Amino acid sequence: MKQLICIVCPKGCHLNVDEQNAYAVTGNSCPRGAEYGKKELTHPTRVITSTVRIKGGNHSRCPVKTDRDIPKELILKAMELLNDVELLSPVQQGTVILSNILGTDASFIVTKDM
Amino acid sequence: MKRYDVIVIGAGPAGLAAACEAYKNGAKKVLVVERDKEPGGILNQCIHNGFGLHYFKEELTGPEYAGRFIDLLKNTSAELLLDTMVLEVTGHKEVRLMNPRDGYFVVQADAIILTMGCRERTRGAIGIPGARPAGIFTAGAAQRYVNIEGYMVGKKVVILGSGDIGLIMARRMTLEGAQVVACVELMPYSNGLNRNIVQCLDDYNIPLYLSHTITEIKGNRRVEGVIVSEVDNHGKPLPGTEQFFDCDTVLLSVGLIPENELSKEAGIKLDPRTKGPVVYENMETSIPGIFACGNVVHVHDLVDFVTAESQRAGAAAARFCKQANAPQNSGESIITIENGDNVGYTVPQHVRTDRITKYVEVFFRVKRVYQDSMIEVTSGGQVLSTFRREHMAPGEMEHIVVPKQFLEQALDSKIVVSVREAEVK
Repeated sequence: MKQLICIVCPKGCHLNVDEQNAYAVTGNSCPRGAEYGKKELTHPTRVITSTVRIKGGNHSRCPVKTDRDIPKELILKAMELLNDVELLSPVQQGTVILSNILGTDASFIVTKDM
Repeated sequence: MKRYDVIVIGAGPAGLAAACEAYKNGAKKVLVVERDKEPGGILNQCIHNGFGLHYFKEELTGPEYAGRFIDLLKNTSAELLLDTMVLEVTGHKEVRLMNPRDGYFVVQADAIILTMGCRERTRGAIGIPGARPAGIFTAGAAQRYVNIEGYMVGKKVVILGSGDIGLIMARRMTLEGAQVVACVELMPYSNGLNRNIVQCLDDYNIPLYLSHTITEIKGNRRVEGVIVSEVDNHGKPLPGTEQFFDCDTVLLSVGLIPENELSKEAGIKLDPRTKGPVVYENMETSIPGIFACGNVVHVHDLVDFVTAESQRAGAAAARFCKQANAPQNSGESIITIENGDNVGYTVPQHVRTDRITKYVEVFFRVKRVYQDSMIEVTSGGQVLSTFRREHMAPGEMEHIVVPKQFLEQALDSKIVVSVREAEVK
């Protein structure tokens, strides 16, 4: 039995995950918690948020995020990909700047109109 | 002098939601004043995700959450004045402001909504001894440098305080290539959300030192290290527990204070517990027609609750404009909500029972961590209502829904909200 704190929402439920029993989750208050508990112990993933360079905008950095969660072990490598990106204003929220991040089906997208 | 139905001071999440809601409820001439060059407030630098789970039922980043309300505001006829500083708000609802285009000017409102937010406590506020080299930042200032201006603030970082901004910055600095050597917290528990401990510290193996604090900062031109000591139950450093951490940067995440210079000058009554205006059930302050909402009233953990509170204020301000010429109802019964045992404050502080339809939501913070406990609403020693909670912490704002019928039973126009721990089994 493994104890986890759910990170799906700010509530932070205390989960118990039974590895011996198909990763059955208790202590969750919603279905997303059950899914998180299983995933966290089998193949943990995270959404990454960061910034990239932008020219011609109000500021010199434009915020971005992955449009879905990616395997945790790819986080630092994915961050490196952003070093070479430079956008030119105007950009719209939702614009894809990098797709198929490291062979996953996730993309980096812009999170602010700039 | 130009006249508006509603003037909103600040275009952060509170101001944007309040302005949209005032417009929706019939205030046609709405002005929003913002000192920054863009609307969105602090959300612009909160590039991480986790916003909007309550309100939008999806997980947004700060700029995305702000973007939704900026778009909503664009669809109204409200005016947005950017790069404009409000110098003074008078009790007669005159607003004195200035900007580089128009210089100094004065506008008049029927109703005003104060949404100036809060600011960070600094090194001066907590009095850390030691040298005063470069490299000491509040976590929010560092967040702005990194996420908006594009400057790294350091390479080897110690974070003092484990509030959410500190935790978020621990992860952010790590992702940008810095080494975060420690997060140091004076209290025996973190004031941040549990999920942030997991995904910002644990994910990156950053140690959290509870019941510890920085007792000296070393360095001549730049920070060269800090001395961290363990503290006793009263927060006093224990001699002999000192350890040295090599670092070039110290980030402070040691609390937020509502920004109320304008409120004070207007003569609005402030609450020493929240450091924000005393408010009624509809977020009206002690001056009729001046409302306040969001972090300027009390510091929130979740922007979703700021939005909800601000929508109440916006709707109430619009209603006030419509009734501005109606005779004042002076004989209203006013119930005062007091904080009892283990509760730090309540918002609202006063409720006019005639003005609520079914219930009033009361927000508060508890003084320490509680497992399995009871929130009690009492009046004159009589228990009116109880609410059970499995877990409560000072870092998580609590709220209860008190039905109107209970308020009508209040003795001496007073109810008390307190917390009682369930008997240890």
